[in-house]
Amino acid sequence: MSNRLIDLQHITKSFDGQMVLDDLNLYIRENEFLTLLGPSGCGKTTTLRIIGGFEQPDSGKVIFDGKDITTLAPNKRQLNTVFQKYALFTHMNIADNIAFGLRIRKKSEDYIREKVKYALRLVNLEGFENRMPDSLSGGQQQRIAIARAIVNEPKVLLLDEPLGALDLKLRKDMQYELIRLKNELGITFVYVTHDQEEALTMSDTIVVMNQGYIQQIGTPEDIYNEPTNAFVADFIGDSNIVDATMVKDKLVEIFGTRFACVDTGFGSNKPVDVVIRPEDLELYALPDGVTADSPEYEKVADKARELNPGFLEGTVTDLIFKGVHYEMDVEANGYTWLVHSTKLFPVGSRVLMNLDPFNIQIMNKPESEDEQAVSSADL
Amino acid sequence: MKKTISRIYVIFVFILLYAPIAVLIAFSFNNSRTRAKWGGFTFKWYLQMFQDAEIMGALRNTLILALLSATIATILGLMASLSLNRMKRRNRTVMLSVLNIPMLNADIVTGISLMLIFIAFGQFLTHYGYTIVFGFGTVLVGHITFNIPYTVMSILPRVSAINPSTYEAALDLGASPSQAFRKVVFPDILPGILSGFLLAFTLSLDDFVITHFVKGPGFDTLSTKIYTEVRKGIKPEMYALSTLLFLGVLLLLIVVEKGKGARNKNRKPAY
Repeated sequence: MSNRLIDLQHITKSFDGQMVLDDLNLYIRENEFLTLLGPSGCGKTTTLRIIGGFEQPDSGKVIFDGKDITTLAPNKRQLNTVFQKYALFTHMNIADNIAFGLRIRKKSEDYIREKVKYALRLVNLEGFENRMPDSLSGGQQQRIAIARAIVNEPKVLLLDEPLGALDLKLRKDMQYELIRLKNELGITFVYVTHDQEEALTMSDTIVVMNQGYIQQIGTPEDIYNEPTNAFVADFIGDSNIVDATMVKDKLVEIFGTRFACVDTGFGSNKPVDVVIRPEDLELYALPDGVTADSPEYEKVADKARELNPGFLEGTVTDLIFKGVHYEMDVEANGYTWLVHSTKLFPVGSRVLMNLDPFNIQIMNKPESEDEQAVSSADL
Repeated sequence: MKKTISRIYVIFVFILLYAPIAVLIAFSFNNSRTRAKWGGFTFKWYLQMFQDAEIMGALRNTLILALLSATIATILGLMASLSLNRMKRRNRTVMLSVLNIPMLNADIVTGISLMLIFIAFGQFLTHYGYTIVFGFGTVLVGHITFNIPYTVMSILPRVSAINPSTYEAALDLGASPSQAFRKVVFPDILPGILSGFLLAFTLSLDDFVITHFVKGPGFDTLSTKIYTEVRKGIKPEMYALSTLLFLGVLLLLIVVEKGKGARNKNRKPAY
């Protein structure tokens, strides 16, 4: 994972006067599993198609392995694509589908037979040579599409939402399959998806995109734990994003309550956005009929203060059982907090709510108009 | 009981449908000039038919016409389908409706209009020293005209069913644009092209009305030949000829349907 294999420089692309990519800069390293993640229309597929050669950028360069391939035809590029809807050749059997690229390159039939066998073994579909694509399930067809691409030994495999048409269980299986394939083949994967969970599971690097701009580039951990703006925080997993004021270093005021946090360098008395993941909120049940001045209230509050000097008080307004955890809405200070907890707090119960200083993620408020548009974008 | 009645009814319908043809076929083997009595089984009408130069000429005309008009109509239909498929939805709907009207239009109207336009165009051409002779050329143009909508109907669905990614996938795997079209796109449309061609061939083979209006004197296809001969008087060779024409068309239809069936078997949903 060292040198840059693909370098996209100042890529701009618009369709019918509509800007799709605006001065996009991105490099992809050798042997990396890079995911372009974003909502539909964010430009991720266009980026992939520019790498594949199916679209030409209006301006900017595509550098592949040190060479400028911006205007090179797709059939001359050393990369292969797995398309969203498989795009198998329906009039050919599986072996002929997989052999297509090798036959174009005039390899010997003996070599082709071996390679087809090898590719089918890689995707766990040995013995499928003589089947027709239509007789295969969606998951099997997708594996064939992958086999057809990797049999050509490309340096880079481009995957355009390849699991989009599969059901949840199959999608999970295929995710592991893809990771295994990538490790076995040792080639670079560029993966496009709108599914944040898929991106977090498989990627070495995630590129979060929105409205033609890159929002954040980082490892899955970075992206999840330290989103750079409200869009990324909102798009990657569930989160509570609230207005707050940074009182001073390591102290933030949320809805009038001061919480200890770990962030510094935001200045004093500065408005910020705060991201709090639902699983980070800790709930403490208040017994029925307890008022704020009673000793029983203080007992619960003391427990809450162990985590962080500040805490919020609220009422559970909604409850859904999600299997591993309960998902609750907690109404507090006029904001509906999303809370995940393994403990059950019935609807209507009063709770105190607190969280660890480490789990308060402070972000600067968007300043430029572009960023403004990004963070307020409707998902 | 109910089942027996429904079965009898079905048999009755089929008798009504096929009795005339059965009678025709039977008489083509009748060793007697009159239709009143059965004179024994014979092939002589078939032999006479094959020895009749006029009938053989008409047969040759018919086959050449069918082959040429079907080929040209299929090529035009393929081109039309490829561009219709690229049109915006609204324009395509309008174009398809325009294309469909001639199919529903009465043959006789199509025939007379074609005849009129040939005459009008011919008069226009006389100013430049050319003439239009009614005969093979005009009939060919007529057949191509009425065949085009049918070839489009067969080819367009195949063209629209093509996943645009398959073409790109072929490019991606190293094929040049022309290789991608020949190896991937064309085979996908081929069944539609074949069934469109066969349909056009059949329609051209058994067309009478339009041919009748645009053929001019001295040129005959099988159907117009049968018509003129039958008007002159009973000629059992004509029964033989009609039988052959019927069997020819039947054979073609079976081929078309068989092709469709085979394709549908392969075409079950993937998931």
